[in-house]
Amino acid sequence: MTRVSLLVRLVLVLRKIGHRFVDRLWRLGAGARLFWLTLVSSGESFKRPWLVIREVYFTGVLSLIIILVSAFFVGMVLGLQGYNTLQRYGSSEAIGVLVALALVRELGPVVTALLFAGRAGTAITAEIGLMKATEQLSAMEMMAVSPVARVIAPRFWAGVISMPILAVLFSMVGILGGYMVAVPLIGVDAGAFWSQMQANVDWRDDIVNGVIKSVVFGVACTIIALFEGYDAPPTAEGVSRATTRTVVTSSLAVLGLDFVLTSFMITV
Amino acid sequence: MIQNIVEIDNLSFGYKGRLLHKGINMVFPRGKVVAIMGGSGSGKTTLLRLVGGQIKPNKGEVRVDGKVVHQQDREGIYELRRKMGMLFQHGALFTDLSVYENVAFPMREHTELPESMIRDLVLMKLHAVGLRGAHKLMPAELSGGMARRVALARAIALDPEIIMYDEPFAGLDPISMGVICDLIRTLNDALGATSIIVSHDVKETFLIADYVYFVADGVVAAEGTPKDLEISSLPFVHQFVHGEKDGPVPFHYAAGDYKQDLMEMDP
Repeated sequence: MTRVSLLVRLVLVLRKIGHRFVDRLWRLGAGARLFWLTLVSSGESFKRPWLVIREVYFTGVLSLIIILVSAFFVGMVLGLQGYNTLQRYGSSEAIGVLVALALVRELGPVVTALLFAGRAGTAITAEIGLMKATEQLSAMEMMAVSPVARVIAPRFWAGVISMPILAVLFSMVGILGGYMVAVPLIGVDAGAFWSQMQANVDWRDDIVNGVIKSVVFGVACTIIALFEGYDAPPTAEGVSRATTRTVVTSSLAVLGLDFVLTSFMITV
Repeated sequence: MIQNIVEIDNLSFGYKGRLLHKGINMVFPRGKVVAIMGGSGSGKTTLLRLVGGQIKPNKGEVRVDGKVVHQQDREGIYELRRKMGMLFQHGALFTDLSVYENVAFPMREHTELPESMIRDLVLMKLHAVGLRGAHKLMPAELSGGMARRVALARAIALDPEIIMYDEPFAGLDPISMGVICDLIRTLNDALGATSIIVSHDVKETFLIADYVYFVADGVVAAEGTPKDLEISSLPFVHQFVHGEKDGPVPFHYAAGDYKQDLMEMDP
């Protein structure tokens, strides 16, 4: 290979990297712009709350089954694994604390957000993408109705409301799953299970922080799902790619944000 | 009152360095049915989007009721759009709403009318397109022709001054085509509106249009009443109106030498 062709290849690779970087940056800007537009166009959602309530049903209520069943299994696994470790140190009664803290502080918000992105996020992206592909959003624009105010904002607020409620329910059912394994199955004392949990789980540091995390994840997952749908090329391939991107981007955003939030919340 | 409700003045529009329209002039007088015709990809639908203010021209202007569309702010454009109704090519009905709710949608968004009045108006609009009995159905339960008629009822929900039709006859069976054709003319005259039809269906469009513009190569290639255009000797108009395979619009897309292409190994 001559030096010139090597140089040409190098330039091409650099150009590709540059193009991808600029593209990502552009998408980040466009996403931020949609977020801002959604916030300033939210008046309609508050004036007509049924628009939001309807979406809470689709994003929140219909996600209940997957969230609650997963929570129960996660709680049971935590109970088994926790007991297995704690009994080596003779502190198997602390199983209640372990299950509750793990769920309330981390697993509740994070796993709920990941499941929410997979269940509700993909549904939102596909719906908005198809509305765009079938010119429904254009039709709305031509009727002098803003799609951001009428379609995007109600779904955004529905996601932001649903996520913390789902996360709290996840933690509750997870604790119940842990209890089922630890108390009736293994034989840990029920009184110790609950009293240690009550004594060691802090309202402000554990529960409120967990809820704050789930609100942030709710904002992130919902706006990512909405942006991907709104920005999707109006073709079958475009919508399918957007749906995949919703899951990937939301999951990475949730895990990244979790680290950032945890680092602010934990005092060493 | 301005005589021409829509005026397109020396309009140029294009993207990615390619001009789709190169100085187009058109007028749409009040009360008339005016058609814009031309081959696929000639930018007919784009003209409707320019009239509706969904995109901005590179040069020239579109005036609706005397106001330059691209100079309006968001509120101004929405104000102008309230004077317009648009029928999209595939209806663009809201799939999560019933036929009734689709037609009621613009009324609920823009008026404070009581539910009883909305109900009467919706049923009247659906009756006008012959689908009062289908008001409980969902869009997925409608045939293509029915969906187009519901979309038409929705487009005229607020009695617009301008009704725009994007390929209203595309993909319809002959009966539905006849029904839509008849409805466009009847509704235009009954509402005293102005209709702009974008289409490439010569027979149906010529039946109802008062005036026709032919768009080709980014300019108005010909214009006149359907009668004038039927007997036009202009090569492009003749080829288009009579559906001839070859003419100024060639059958073959521009390509290199046929023999050489066949001899080459790579695709």
